[in-house]
Order: sequence, then structure tokens, then C-alpha cells
Amino acid sequence: MSAPATPPPALQELKDNLRAAPRRIFETAFRSGKPTTDRTRSTFIFSNVFLHLHSVRVHRWTLRWSTSMGLGIATTAAFLLTLITGILLMFYYKPYPEAAYQSIKDIHFVVPTGRFIRNIHRWAANVMVVTVILHMARTFYTASYRRPREFNWLIGMGLLAVTLGLSFTGYLLPWDQLAYWAITIGANIAQSPREVTDAVGITGWFDPGGMQKFLLLGSDSVGPEALIRFYLLHVMILPLALMALMSVHFWRIRKDGGLARPADADQRLGNPPGPVYPVFTEAPMKTYSLAAIVRGRTPAVGKGPENTVPSMPHLFYAELGVFMLTTLVCLALALISDAPLKELANPSVPENPAKAPWYFLGLQELVSFSAFVGGIGIPLLVLAGLGLIPYLDREETGTGEWFGGPGGRYVVRQALLVGFGASLAIEAFAIRFGWIREWYLAVPQLVVTILNPGTILAAVYGLYSVWLVKRYRSTRAGALGLFTCFLCGFLVLTAIGTYFRGPNWVFYWSPGDWPRH
Amino acid sequence: MTVMPGTPQSRLDPEPMPRRDLLGLASLWSAASALLFALLGAMRLPNAAIVAAPSKSFGVTLPESLPAGEAFVPPNRAVAIFRDSEGVYAVSTICTHLGCVVKPNAEGFECPCHGSRFKPDGAVAKGPAPLPLQWLKVKATNGGFQVDEGKTVPAGTRVKA
Ligand code: HEM
Ligand code: FES
Repeated sequence: MSAPATPPPALQELKDNLRAAPRRIFETAFRSGKPTTDRTRSTFIFSNVFLHLHSVRVHRWTLRWSTSMGLGIATTAAFLLTLITGILLMFYYKPYPEAAYQSIKDIHFVVPTGRFIRNIHRWAANVMVVTVILHMARTFYTASYRRPREFNWLIGMGLLAVTLGLSFTGYLLPWDQLAYWAITIGANIAQSPREVTDAVGITGWFDPGGMQKFLLLGSDSVGPEALIRFYLLHVMILPLALMALMSVHFWRIRKDGGLARPADADQRLGNPPGPVYPVFTEAPMKTYSLAAIVRGRTPAVGKGPENTVPSMPHLFYAELGVFMLTTLVCLALALISDAPLKELANPSVPENPAKAPWYFLGLQELVSFSAFVGGIGIPLLVLAGLGLIPYLDREETGTGEWFGGPGGRYVVRQALLVGFGASLAIEAFAIRFGWIREWYLAVPQLVVTILNPGTILAAVYGLYSVWLVKRYRSTRAGALGLFTCFLCGFLVLTAIGTYFRGPNWVFYWSPGDWPRH
Repeated sequence: MTVMPGTPQSRLDPEPMPRRDLLGLASLWSAASALLFALLGAMRLPNAAIVAAPSKSFGVTLPESLPAGEAFVPPNRAVAIFRDSEGVYAVSTICTHLGCVVKPNAEGFECPCHGSRFKPDGAVAKGPAPLPLQWLKVKATNGGFQVDEGKTVPAGTRVKA
């Protein structure tokens, strides 16, 4: 008898393997299986190179909405949106002066979906600036920069600087009037140390200002060299720097044991409200054997180890929620309002008024008194002050709490008054009566550089916070006051620069009063 | 260095540097110095030996009827040229504050960017500009003038046609 006509075993095996291939590809790509037990929820995270920037479990305090308000994640989301839309824009954008303008025009008016993508890019970039500032304010007010997170605060400042740098370099790319003149002013701000070196008479052999401007523009005026430099910074150097810094930022959050929380966070949280889906619903094992843990049943029923819950799904779903909300906001804004595009850049006729992006208008307001103070002096002072905060405030009370620390809410309320009061008063005075050079034309420039609304405001804020340090015997109290004051000053100056300055930087109550020609 | 067999060695004797440490130090220092020199070289990269910029020198013929004290601005140039009884002079219209182009008016110049004002001879009349507008080199040529935006001259320097 001959055997029935079964295919030879080798072929049969090949057929079976072929059939199993899709399943096996999936299984080998995601080796942890479905995240349904505590164990697979953990492997889901730590066996994935992207997800493992997160810790496997997260403290319940971290998940409270009031802890982070999702602002860091919102910033990340806005960045990813600009990244994706930016790459799409690069298909059409040409970084050469007149061609640049034409290509943006094409993207706006000819390329299908081009305008929508450009709008999303522009809006997401603006949203990112707003959320990064709010995120910094939240880490400051919850005193989350303290030990062991000092250095992550510094990384955060690097992120802030790169974010602003990205916005500023992107502003030039359309090569329209707005872009050209904003960058001309920006480049000359880089050159403004000359205001001081000229006044002391050493520019001839020591000219850091001129060097900075030349480095930025690659020429002595804004032209093709400047455009290619800004383009390279915008699409390559700064995004890479941002991504590198972001990875370190996130990794350190994990290494620092999650987000900052008060020492008594566990007591304050109490027990979880009812069963927490889906981890703590499993019936407790009678015997707490090692096998129980391995099979995904945790002995600490109703309360995970150290009051934590698995990041998958609790943290991830929250992050995804913030992510989608940010996307929604950016899309809505992109549908409502178009990104601006003025006439082609004209190097012989300035845009009037020539305004930088809104978040620099506070500085532009200060620059209108002294280029060096507004453009270099005060920004450096603010950066240095911010960077030193975690190294000067070595206290412990109030970590992880909103407005925590000596003085607390009371100091912040008082500082709001001082901050708004002082900035409004000095601006009102300067707008009403002018400044020194209008009273004494021959006054030396150094006097104006040292005495102007910017320096006076900074001095008032500084003295007030020193007084707070003495009054409360606490650096934190002084920091609360100073940070709040500078935030108020930023808001007031930005609002004045944005809404109340018209042609020739003259004060107008509303754009309706601007002279027409 | 190899240790001679039989040579008695105390733990207190200084150890000869093991080969591995030598290799490690050599690679570390060569890497550091390579990086340093590469960086020094790369720092020259952003400073082109020849700056790409449009020519700064240009010729103009002034209109016959240009009244004394009135500015003549050649198209696409940031220069205002004047003629008075003493001769011809050129004032740069690039604001000394942050580089906007100032506009000539009846009292001199005004800057659209932060409101600086200058007198007809370029002196500051209102801040924030820290310095007067620059006077530029003018040369008389047959029939016209050659202005060089790249060369400044002391204020008051005039040229006879
Ligand atoms: C591109 C900019 C930035 C991104 C994408 C980012 C992202 C994040 C994220 C996702 C978190 C987790 C908690 C949260 O969402 O709030 C975080 C925490 C933190 N960030 Fe940022 N951040 C940025 C800029 C900054 C800045 C400007 C600072 C301050 C100068 C800063 C300081 C911190 C600190 C100290 C923490 C730990 C907070 C805690 O432990 O409670 N970050 N950041
Ligand atoms: S650039 Fe002329 S006043 Fe600022």
C-alpha cells in the first residue's frame, strides 16, 4: 500500500509557517503581549524604547489634574504638531530670498491643504510658546524645582530658550515685510552691546556686538546668507537640540522619582475612591506567594506599592487626552484664523510699525528706551535669576504644593499688586512725559543705558524681593515675589507693545486711532 | 614595561603604568585635542573671507532743481543726499538704534520703528537712538557724484561739484 498523497513534511511546515507569519511578526515586534495584567503592563513599557522614558508605575499624586495641569505634555504635543507640519512644509519651501516669498505664497494659495498645514504650523508654534511659559510657571509655583530636580529646571530653561529660538528663526522664513524688519531689528539687538562699547569708546578693538550680528547674518545686512542660516537653525539644529534636551528632561523626571509631591502626599490622598480600573479589581490571593506577583496579582490590594498605579493605562490615557485636546485647539485656531503674509520684503522701506512676534514685544517695548538693556541686559538678568532659583532656594516646606512655602498665596497676591503697579506706573510716566533724552538732549548715552524704565523696573522688583526675603526669613518668599513681579511686567509690557503701540512706536489707545495715509 | 621575574616587589613601590592605562590616556587626550582643533577650525567657518553683499558704492546725478536742505533719496538706497551753498553731502538713513530706515521730513528725519528723531545734519533729536546718523563719503565725478555707503566721514564734510 502506498501512503496517501500528503504533501512532504517540509512543504507542509513551510505552509504553516507562512500562515503564521503575520501573527509572528506582530508577536516579535510587541513581545510583551496585551497589557492586561500588572506584569504585562510593566513589560509593555520597559520593553519599548520610546515608552520606557516613563516609569512603569506612577504615583497617584502625579495623576491629579492640579499637579501638572498637563502643561508639559501639551508643550510636547504642540511641538510634535509643528514637527509634522514643518516637515510637510519643507516639500515646497525654498530658502532663497524672493523664491522663499513666492513658495510661501504658493503654499498659501496654490498647494492643496497647504494653507491649512501652514496655519497649523503657525498656531502650534504659538501654542507651544504659551504652554511652555505656563509650564514653567507651574513648576515654579509648585516649588517642583527643588532637590533632586534642580538640574532638570536648568534643562527646562534650555528648552525655553530653544523654543523661543525656533519661533524667532521661523519668523524670517516667509521673507515678507514683517519677517524682514523683525529680523533686522533682532540682528541689531544682537549687535547692541555696541551701545555700551561705543559709550566707553572701546568698540574699535572689542566688539562682541558686531561679532554676534555677523555670526547670525553671515553678512552685514539681512540677505540670502542670513536666510540660509536661519533656515538651517530652524529646520535642523534647533529641532535636534530640542529633541535631545526633551529626552534628557523626561528621563530625569523618571530618575527623580516622578513629579514632585508633598512629603505627606499619601495621607492627603487617602485610599483610592472605589476600585481603580482595572488593576485593583482582581480578587486578592489568599497566599501572598511569589507566584501571585508573577501572575499579575498584587498583594497590596486597593493600594499599589507606594500608592502607585500602572502607567499603562492610567498615565498614558491621560497624556493622550491632553495630546488630543492640544491638537483640537491648534486645529480649531488654524481653521479660524490664517497665518499672516505681508508684501515681499523691501529693504528700503520699513514696515511701520515693525513688530516682532508677540512674545518679544515686551522686550521691544524696553528696547524702545535702550537697545542694550531691553535686548541683552534684562533678558540675561532674567535667565540668570531663573537659573539660580533652585540653587538659592534650598528650603523644604511647600514642595509640590501650589504657592507652597513661607508667605505663600499672600506673597503672590501682594506681588501681583507690586508687579502690575510698578510696571504700569513707569510705563504711564514714560508715555506721558517721555524719557531723559527728551528733557536733556545732550545727556551721555551711558546715563540713558543705566537709567531707563527697564532698569528702574528691574531694580524695584529686585528690592521688593530682597525685602520679602528679610521679612519672611525665606528665599522662597523672595523668589515667589520676584517671579510673580517679572510675570506681571512681562504681561504689561507685552500688552502695551502688542495693542497700544502704533506707527513710529507712538502710544495709541486703539489701532483705530492710527493715522492713515 | 614588563616586571622582571624574581624582582621582589612591595605593594608600596610605585606601580609601573599598565599598558591599558597608557592606551586609555593616549586615546582620551588625542580625542580631546582633535576635538579642540576641529572646533577652532570650525569657528572660522561662519566668517566668510568675502562677504556677499550688494555693492555699496553707487553713482547719482542730482536733479537740477533740488532745493537747499531738501533730501534726495536715490531709489533702493538707504542714503539721503543734500545740496546747500557749501556743497553736497550724504547722510546714511540707517537708524543708529536698531537699523530701520529713517524717513526725511521737514525737521530732519524720523524713524518708524521706535520713534527716534534726527536733525537735518543727523544729530539725535529724540531717543532711543544712541548716536547721530552717519555721514558718508561723497566724490564728485564729471556730471554727478559717487557715494560710498561703506565709508563714513566726519559730520560736516561737504564736496563741491
Ligand atoms: C519644550 C519645552 C518643555 C517641554 C516639552 C517640557 C515637558 C515636561 C513634561 C512632559 C513634564 C512632566 C510634567 C508636566 O507635564 O508638567 C515636565 C516636568 C518638569 N519640567 Fe518641563 N518641559 C519644557 C520646558 C520646561 C521649562 C522651561 C522648565 C523650567 C525652567 C521646565 C522644568 C520642569 C521641571 C522642574 C519638571 C519637573 C516637575 C515636577 O517634578 O513636578 N520644563 N516637563
Ligand atoms: S530702529 Fe530707529 S528708533 Fe529703533
